[in-house]
Amino acid sequence: MSAPASASGERRMKPRIGLFVTCLVDLMRPSVGFAAVKLLEDAGCTVDVPVQTCCGQPAYNSGDRGTTRDLAEQVIEAFRGYDYVVAPSGSCAGMIKTHYPELFADDPNWLPRANALAARTWELTSFLVDVLGVTKVDSAFEGTVTYHDSCSGLRELGVRAQPRRLLASMEGVTLVELNESDVCCGFGGTFAVKYSDISGAIVDAKTKHVSETGASTLLAGDLGCLMNMAGKLSREGKPVEVRHVAEVLAGMTDDPPIAAAKDPRRP
Amino acid sequence: MTVHTTSPQFKKNAAQALGDAQLQKALGNVKQGFIDKRVKAAEKLPEFEALRDSARDIKDHTLRHLDLYLETYEDKVKASGGHVHFARNAEEARSIILGICREAGARTVTKGKSMISEEIGINHHLEAHGIVPVETDLGEYIIQLRNELPSHIIAPAVHLNATQVEQDFRRVHTHLDAKRDLSEPVQLLTEARAVLRERFLAADVGITGANFLVAETGTSVIVTNEGNGDLTQILPKTHIVLASIEKLVPTLEDVSQILRVLARSATGQELSVYTTFSTGPRRPGDADGPENYHVVILDNGRSSMLGTSFEEMLRCIRCGACMNHCPVYHAVGGHAYGWVYPGPMGAVLTPTLIGVDKAGHLPNASTFCGRCESVCPVRIPLPKLMRHWREREFERHLSPATVRSGIKTWGFFAKRPALYRLATRAAMGALGLAGRGKGRFAWLPLAKGWTKYRDFPAPQGETFQARWRRERKGRAA
Repeated sequence: MSAPASASGERRMKPRIGLFVTCLVDLMRPSVGFAAVKLLEDAGCTVDVPVQTCCGQPAYNSGDRGTTRDLAEQVIEAFRGYDYVVAPSGSCAGMIKTHYPELFADDPNWLPRANALAARTWELTSFLVDVLGVTKVDSAFEGTVTYHDSCSGLRELGVRAQPRRLLASMEGVTLVELNESDVCCGFGGTFAVKYSDISGAIVDAKTKHVSETGASTLLAGDLGCLMNMAGKLSREGKPVEVRHVAEVLAGMTDDPPIAAAKDPRRP
Repeated sequence: MTVHTTSPQFKKNAAQALGDAQLQKALGNVKQGFIDKRVKAAEKLPEFEALRDSARDIKDHTLRHLDLYLETYEDKVKASGGHVHFARNAEEARSIILGICREAGARTVTKGKSMISEEIGINHHLEAHGIVPVETDLGEYIIQLRNELPSHIIAPAVHLNATQVEQDFRRVHTHLDAKRDLSEPVQLLTEARAVLRERFLAADVGITGANFLVAETGTSVIVTNEGNGDLTQILPKTHIVLASIEKLVPTLEDVSQILRVLARSATGQELSVYTTFSTGPRRPGDADGPENYHVVILDNGRSSMLGTSFEEMLRCIRCGACMNHCPVYHAVGGHAYGWVYPGPMGAVLTPTLIGVDKAGHLPNASTFCGRCESVCPVRIPLPKLMRHWREREFERHLSPATVRSGIKTWGFFAKRPALYRLATRAAMGALGLAGRGKGRFAWLPLAKGWTKYRDFPAPQGETFQARWRRERKGRAA
């Protein structure tokens, strides 16, 4: 990985990152977290993982403001003192960056702290490209990939060019654009269970577009969307491998893809 | 509220819509028809984003001083010889309109396209009192023949195909040759035009909506593509404008600003085909125009949104962009929402108008993908406002018990990190072990909604936090 040297040429202190691993990655797919750590460390950061649970978004979107506030205060406390907070998710980073300030808008005690955390919080690929100035990753991956733009990352944080730029820097990766890549996959957190018929129809349209690309791998930056799309592709028996973009960027693709069995050819 | 609502059974409506092959095909046209055109129109206008800001600011300013602008508008209409009637609710609006129609001795009434008239259910009310209302917008005319609500605020019959319209025309236009050829859409259009022309000439009263009410001049403004609005308001002796309070804008200059984003956001046109300004009744020497000019201004709960977190919804200029870009609307169409206003704007507005107890599903049936907000010409934060409804529902214990208990249970653990780590370690360990073979579950207890349509990916087993502390223990962190 190559990051530009600081302008003065002086040896700078390594940025200290608090990794907000997100509850889904923590519970379902820790390999994404380790991929994020590798990307950050390769880019010259020190990574720490404070004790954490959830950003509160499921409660927030269910109308439970009380629980949301409790969890948000917990996150604000846990991530004090880091230079940056980075999450391998546009959705959770968006929650902290966009919605915490909204949540505490009427609270003069917590608002400055929420704003301070929001200002230091980044989605992973956006942090690598926009803050660290990373232009190239050296990992190896062979294959044709397509990329789904998860809604919160795209529309709340402007994550679109960054993952593509990093993927384009990898030898062996061919990116085929997904038709309607900016349209929701139908996950929507609890929506997928509360309105499963509608969610099922939306993800059906999404996986049709994925198939049309002919790509062998589908990538995105949010595990919720990935689990939804991978679960659908797996149910349809489609042989597309689904991974978090961080896994590919970090060259950590030994673990089976999402919703796939362990490859018997691999140890 | 008298228009029948099926919003409480939204889930059932949605399931039916998803199983309706004809509807699904028609909904494909919404996706195809509007999105690219809007993008192209916006790209051709470099100041489009700045105009959105300006449109938002004009509406915000007006809403903050709405009392002032309503009074000014009323004075100006009176000065131009017109009448202004304020209706607190649908019932008052209906009786005011019926009264005006009776005074005019009306037998038939032509109507321009008006969502407010759908909201108050004026057609049924007039029919019940022996007056025949005739919709003159082609889409509205078709759904009137079918006794349906519009399924889209600017394309009311978008859920139908040409064959269905042909059947309706054959069923209703029995005075025409049964063997006539209606296989081409243009033939349907020609027939509707001929039938409606007679109605225009015969009507005693014309009712239109308004896209804007202009305070400085007392002018009402409509935008249409068919010209039907003009014939509706110019030919009869009496013109009734029916509009809600948030249609006010201060000046004609404000109208011209907002017009620049309205049609571009709606259909991708630079302007609609007709933009018509009406100020009072016909003056001596005028070539045409109505003898009597009435404006009915409806509140129907909107003033209760002023000064609340829902006030931003009153900026809405009814372009339909939010539903044109909504994946849920694309999946189920407008009728599933169960009342007059569908899509994201309906999900925010409907609970105000018919009660969140009835319309509670609507603000919940959203993935919060944010595409609606990203295209709204007046930048209404629609997901935020839907979330506010969810908060009210949660406070009032209207949200489903399973959701409440699920969130509370999750919150209980998430607020206790030590317990959370223990519990999730055990749970993920067990789930990871169970799913190790296939890497997925085709069925899981408590996740039937999920597994009905897709597999549930198995977790890798050990949690990130557990593995991190195991592997990095002793290393400087």
